[in-house]
Amino acid sequence: MSAIAKTLNHCSPDPSQVGGAHSLTIALAGNPNAGKTSLFNSLTGLRQKVANYPGVTVESKSGLWPLAPQMPPARVIDLPGLYSLDATSLDEEIARDILLGRAASLATPDVIVVAVDATNLVRNLYLASQLIDTGQRVVIALTMFDRVERSKLIIDAKKLGEALGVAVVPVVAKRRRGLAELSQAVLAAMTQPVAAIRSVELSQEPDQASRHSKLIKRYAFIERIVSDTAESVDHERPNFSEKIDRVVTHRIFGPVILLLVMLLVFQTIFSWANLPMSLIDQVFSALADSVRTHLPAGMLTDLLTDGVIAGVGGVLAFLPQILMLFFFISILEDSGYMARAAFLTDRIMRAVGLHGKAFVPLLSSFACAVPGIMATRTIENPKDRIATIMIAPFMSCSARLPVYTLMIAAFFSGQKVLGVISVGALIILGMYLLGIAVAVVVAWIMKRTILKAPAPPFVMELPAYRMPSLGNVAHSLFSRSTVFLKRAGTVILAISILLWALVAFPRAGSPPSQGSRALQVQNSFAGRAGRLIEPAIRPLGFDWKIGIGLISSFAARETIISTLSIVYSVGDDSDTNSSSLVDALKNAKRADGSPVWTPLTGLSLMIFFLLACQCMSTVAIVRRETNSWRWPAFMVTYMLALAYVASFITYQGGHLLGFS
Amino acid sequence: MTLDMVPKNVMARVTSVAATDAHSLRLMEMGVVPGAPVRVVKAAPLGDPIHVCVRDYHLALRRAEAKSITVTLHDSSDPD
Repeated sequence: MSAIAKTLNHCSPDPSQVGGAHSLTIALAGNPNAGKTSLFNSLTGLRQKVANYPGVTVESKSGLWPLAPQMPPARVIDLPGLYSLDATSLDEEIARDILLGRAASLATPDVIVVAVDATNLVRNLYLASQLIDTGQRVVIALTMFDRVERSKLIIDAKKLGEALGVAVVPVVAKRRRGLAELSQAVLAAMTQPVAAIRSVELSQEPDQASRHSKLIKRYAFIERIVSDTAESVDHERPNFSEKIDRVVTHRIFGPVILLLVMLLVFQTIFSWANLPMSLIDQVFSALADSVRTHLPAGMLTDLLTDGVIAGVGGVLAFLPQILMLFFFISILEDSGYMARAAFLTDRIMRAVGLHGKAFVPLLSSFACAVPGIMATRTIENPKDRIATIMIAPFMSCSARLPVYTLMIAAFFSGQKVLGVISVGALIILGMYLLGIAVAVVVAWIMKRTILKAPAPPFVMELPAYRMPSLGNVAHSLFSRSTVFLKRAGTVILAISILLWALVAFPRAGSPPSQGSRALQVQNSFAGRAGRLIEPAIRPLGFDWKIGIGLISSFAARETIISTLSIVYSVGDDSDTNSSSLVDALKNAKRADGSPVWTPLTGLSLMIFFLLACQCMSTVAIVRRETNSWRWPAFMVTYMLALAYVASFITYQGGHLLGFS
Repeated sequence: MTLDMVPKNVMARVTSVAATDAHSLRLMEMGVVPGAPVRVVKAAPLGDPIHVCVRDYHLALRRAEAKSITVTLHDSSDPD
């Protein structure tokens, strides 16, 4: 880890500003699945960093490529995949703007390296030929050349380059073949003068007919060149990928495999991640304890232990789950399975007005809505994308689990239906299903009202299956978790400190002991706020102490547990299995002696947590992704309203039916 | 005949793509232009979308989109 951090730090200053030496900027473009990311990883190794493009929400991956020993390494920008310069999705728009030098505050690239999949020449050359026609310096990297060598396909790269007027370098990124030749080709391209960028986009054309004819002409040109320089494969015979698809997208096996894959992912996230999670939890509580014993008691120590350490620990505790989820998503994406999942589920998604491409973001959201919402960028239609973002938080994410676990441990533990099925497991399953059902209904309504749009086209490449590369998976894990830690981490840390302050002020005076801690909470700003909202939440079965928990959980759901621990003064042990908190909840009495917490209260609270948008990180990411405060504000409002109504119905309805 | 009507594993060739909708450009950019060889591989378990092989790669599209693609069948039809 520290070695990686060092490498990253080492590359963070822009080399063009260090020592004034001119360093080249190289844009790496290509169709989706053309092997661009593998090439990028091979060129830059660990000298990468992830940052946001200025002014937009998509993160840019850039890295350093040592072109020649005597010159400073070039900066390579890995662009999102695109099929043409006529962009249809947000990802593609960003890539196009950078390629054409239209991105504000980003210099026009000196050289564009286009990754062209050698096994799919004609279609890949469409983008390459558009880029060549813009008049910029272009070098073509002919990727996956090992596959060409293994197949019957024969490509004369030199002749292809002559016909196109640019260098064409066959590469095998994984085996680092052809990388030196690629450097030389880039350096050679730099000797050519470059004119102003010519616009070649079809959107320049006056009408659809002339757009079509221009596009057909370009394809005819490419087909002529390819037939002169390559011997085509026989596409009448099903290839290897298609044979795999006979099983993977089979009428019966397909859905079964999809279910098994989802089950495996969930199993991993929910049970195998527990060990590292509790380990992190223990490390941080031990750290807090040792700080408390070694520093004098006081406000600074409180801030450190309850604010900073608890906040950082709270974020890091989610890292194992997020890493595991990303590990699976990377493997599923890299292998080509994700596109099949979208293929299998499109018909179902369409029933609620969504797109097969919404499946992956929604699946991700079961771990955490933040990466799920980030994954909606591949959805071309903006209204579909917003609808997917709006329902993503209904997928019951991992932050709700501690709440479910606590409630079940307190009120439903040991209960069985029919002697074998545990009530707790049924309730958790019910929560997941309820979340999905609400999401379906909300999407259905939104797509018919505020996000009304004609059914979007579903045109999606099914990339050839390939063995996921461990290097690519590791790179993607590293960059995605860094983004998560930076985005979610900073917000949650800030909120934890703020919350700590709300609970710690105004000071009650006396030095903190267990008893006075509860008094401190009662009189703090948070305690007063809890009492203020008590009339509003009483119909849901909640008292002011739960109110404090609700308020604090608007930062992040899981904070309710540590808040309840403080309110019920069971110490700082925020472990969900802590029997002390469970006992405290069971024994809590109202003024009239009736218990505060009943199974019905627990159920009402779980439903509230399922439906309310209590997550600052989600709000922050929606703000970034939709580029406005309107959508996040709308999301928080409607989800809160929904949560209130549902909890109200649960609690009051339960009472009417005679439950308690 | 349009692409949605082509039986499985029969080679066909694109003759035209309807210029009506915006998505026709996306289809054409992806190589579905007049003259391109296409073959329907299968339909998804629920009947839609369909999986086709265009040129040297595989593409999924809905029947609604496939309707906008006109094709002619090859003379040497069945590959098996």
